[in-house]
Amino acid sequence: MTAYLVRRVGLMLLTLLGISIIIFVLLRLVPGNMVDILFDSAGMVDPAEKTRIAAELGLDKSIPEQYLVWISGLLHGDLGFSYVSEKSALREILPRIPVTARLALSAIAFAVLLGVPFGVISAVRQNSAIDYGLRVISLAGLSMPSFWLGLMVLMGFAALTGTLPVYTEAPKTTLDAVLLVAVPAMTVGFRSSALIMRLTRSAMLEVLRQDYVRTARAKGAGAGRVNFHHALRNALLPVITVIGLETAFLIGGLIVTETVFNIPGLARFLVESIRNRDYPIVQNLVMLTAFIVVMINFLVDLLYAALDPRVRLGA
Amino acid sequence: MIADPILEVEGLRTVFFTAAGLVRAVEDVSFTLRRGEVLAVVGESGCGKSITALSLMRLVPTPPGRIVAGTVKLAGRDLLAISEAEMRDVRGNAMSMIFQEPMTSLNPVLTIGDQIAETVRLHRKVTRAQAWDRAVEMLRLVRIPEPAQRAREYPHQLSGGMRQRAMIAIALACDPQVLIADEPTTALDVTIQAQILDLILQLQRETGTSVLLITHDLGVVAETAQRVVVMYAGRKIEEATVEDLFEFPLHPYTNGLLGSIPHLAAISGAVAERLQEIPGMVPALSNLPAGCAFAARCARADDKCNDVPPLVELRPDHIVACWHAGATP
Amino acid sequence: MAETYSRELHRAGADATSRLARFRLLLRRYPLGAAGAFILVVFVLAAIFADAITLLDPLKTNAPEKLLRPGGGHWFGSDVMGRDIYSRIIYGARISLAVSLGATAIGSLLGVAIGLASGYLGGNFDLFVQRIMDILQALPLLVLALVTSAALGPSLQNTIIAIAIPMIPASARVIRANTLSLREAAYIEAAQIQGMSEWRIALRHILPNTVAPLIVLATAQLGSAILTEASLSFLGLGVPEPAPSWGRMLSDSAAEYMRTAPWLVIFPGAAISLMVFGTNLLGDALRDILDPRQRG
Repeated sequence: MTAYLVRRVGLMLLTLLGISIIIFVLLRLVPGNMVDILFDSAGMVDPAEKTRIAAELGLDKSIPEQYLVWISGLLHGDLGFSYVSEKSALREILPRIPVTARLALSAIAFAVLLGVPFGVISAVRQNSAIDYGLRVISLAGLSMPSFWLGLMVLMGFAALTGTLPVYTEAPKTTLDAVLLVAVPAMTVGFRSSALIMRLTRSAMLEVLRQDYVRTARAKGAGAGRVNFHHALRNALLPVITVIGLETAFLIGGLIVTETVFNIPGLARFLVESIRNRDYPIVQNLVMLTAFIVVMINFLVDLLYAALDPRVRLGA
Repeated sequence: MIADPILEVEGLRTVFFTAAGLVRAVEDVSFTLRRGEVLAVVGESGCGKSITALSLMRLVPTPPGRIVAGTVKLAGRDLLAISEAEMRDVRGNAMSMIFQEPMTSLNPVLTIGDQIAETVRLHRKVTRAQAWDRAVEMLRLVRIPEPAQRAREYPHQLSGGMRQRAMIAIALACDPQVLIADEPTTALDVTIQAQILDLILQLQRETGTSVLLITHDLGVVAETAQRVVVMYAGRKIEEATVEDLFEFPLHPYTNGLLGSIPHLAAISGAVAERLQEIPGMVPALSNLPAGCAFAARCARADDKCNDVPPLVELRPDHIVACWHAGATP
Repeated sequence: MAETYSRELHRAGADATSRLARFRLLLRRYPLGAAGAFILVVFVLAAIFADAITLLDPLKTNAPEKLLRPGGGHWFGSDVMGRDIYSRIIYGARISLAVSLGATAIGSLLGVAIGLASGYLGGNFDLFVQRIMDILQALPLLVLALVTSAALGPSLQNTIIAIAIPMIPASARVIRANTLSLREAAYIEAAQIQGMSEWRIALRHILPNTVAPLIVLATAQLGSAILTEASLSFLGLGVPEPAPSWGRMLSDSAAEYMRTAPWLVIFPGAAISLMVFGTNLLGDALRDILDPRQRG
């Protein structure tokens, strides 16, 4: 087990190192001088300032040196300085973390709560009208871009209530506060729920064919107990792995949904920084994203090992 | 002295609706299991013996399968007439079943103890702790060493033979009146096979459970059962006591089966010394001939065999369905 | 399921061995897949014959006719610059198809090459390639595409490249796994004994046997490429103005007008969803037909 953990953490660090190199090189491909770009976007004019910033960014150093400076900064918790907002990146990022975390967790909760039960129903009633209906709905869910779904939801809200559940000011009532999180969370989560439903369905179909399901029925267990206690426990194992892989998928949804709903979260900050060409910030935000994805996959692996006795003891 | 019947099967008929057409897996099968006896149902794979067993438990996968006719009386109560909820109460309680594949018949994510205790908790009003104690007691009963510790282990930590013992523990946890064992030793190593058979017999004697043993192996039948039902292509074709069947096999198919077993062929005088093989193949159940299903493979077949032969009692307690029963080929 | 299908196919083959009969059978057996294929064919035809089926120039601005409701003059209405939405959607199919087909083709080709090499050569090369694929997969598709697109600058070609790169690992993994299992197959050994060169074996024997899973994967990737292009363009980092990209049409300007001119939101989004839906329907059917292991 310890050997496995050491190996796994080593691979994680290697992956993050690789990502840092790729991102660093990629952003050095940007046409034009970084300082000019920053100058344009921040609206500065003083040439003396320009040389000072170039030195501050370390742009007078060689490329490998620049890379080392960046990485050691990251390791010391220095996320850089946003030249657009003229704040330290940390002060920009920290208040956004809870916003995005809340949205992401609500979206995952919504996706699982909707996707797993419907997946089970679809599998248990294979080839029935319910099954076909759920399959077409889930496929439609996978086909809709989440930003369009978001826009349609907003339009529906506007038409029905005359208000929009978007962040313009602090919410006044609890209902407002809940809606502000719930509506975008459902928009992001719907797509993931469609995916989880399809996965749960196929995993359940596979498991329901297994001999131990017949054993459970032969014991006199009822349908609910057979489907949920015996079958779903096994079917969820592959689903959990994929939920981990799908974090990346969810982050894509967050990026567009935060933009549509005007949510002041990390994902929108990334898009804004890219648009503003605030590349030092982009670089760090991408590393943060990669770190989150890698960590979640690691946690999912541990969860899998905790849930599957064969892995737990076989390792 | 003949004991009371515990399980009476009458005119059982199970069909499968498949894309290839209607499959008559069990066709008008009747037999009686008496209290405290071991009755074997014998036949090649695909003859409908496993579907018969599943039909008794009402575990035939539906769709595509369905029991369309017959009665299955357990202690006088027709199991095919009761509700699903009532049937759930029977399964694992008054009548339970063990399967061919011990490797896959246990749930991989639950402990052995949990899986035995579950049966107890489903059918008895007991606390969690009492059910667990019963599980450990059952593991001891099926001769698993260190039962308290084994109960906390998962199926993958047990060998095939151990898993089949655990399956038997699950099946017997509620002292069933009838145990259906569907090829319980087929998937096991030869040395383990004998142990498991011995165990089933010992427990049968200790608990007084009646056993319906489904097998393709006449060797197993000779060692365990008192009476035998031979099935072919979904029908019962012969029924007799074990001694009578081995000494006077009446159906040419039974004759062939006996002849294809090495050590039995030596015992039985009814067959030639050389090991025989039954020519031809088992017909597909979806495409059965009109008359006797065995006719195409039978040396004795003639025009008469275009009609289905009725079951007749040719010897005391020995019935057979063949127009040419007992004749030498 | 599998048996039923092959049996039916067999029976149909006995009736009439023509391709048409087989095709009809597939249509009857996979109505949803056929519907998906139909949707895609309609979009492809619309893209090819865009000039013939539209009357108005999708790029021509016409201030007096701005924000018109859908109706006689403009079937799907007009946008804030007075451009005809219907024309923009039909021409938009060209962009959507060009980007998604281009990105999927490039991503798959590179993935096949990398996967074949990695699986066939094995050893340290394989380990190295696997780590690179890990790295590419640790970044969300959209994030990697966004950054690549920002780095390369907005253009049609760059959008294609930005979407193709994150797609490489999936096909490389499929091909590698297949290559590894096929390497052990008896007929490959036979080819080796006959003295066939490594590359010849890889191209002549291994590649053809991995085509089925690759087609299944590529169809799935096509759908996700369409969505990624739409997202990139929506965020302003994909295909630049004035090209009529569906995602671009939905961008902020449309969001501003969604209370007053909902057709600006409804039609482009419906076009994206319908095309991806068609791809997904087809993909599911193809997976059922070509990949028996995943059959449910």
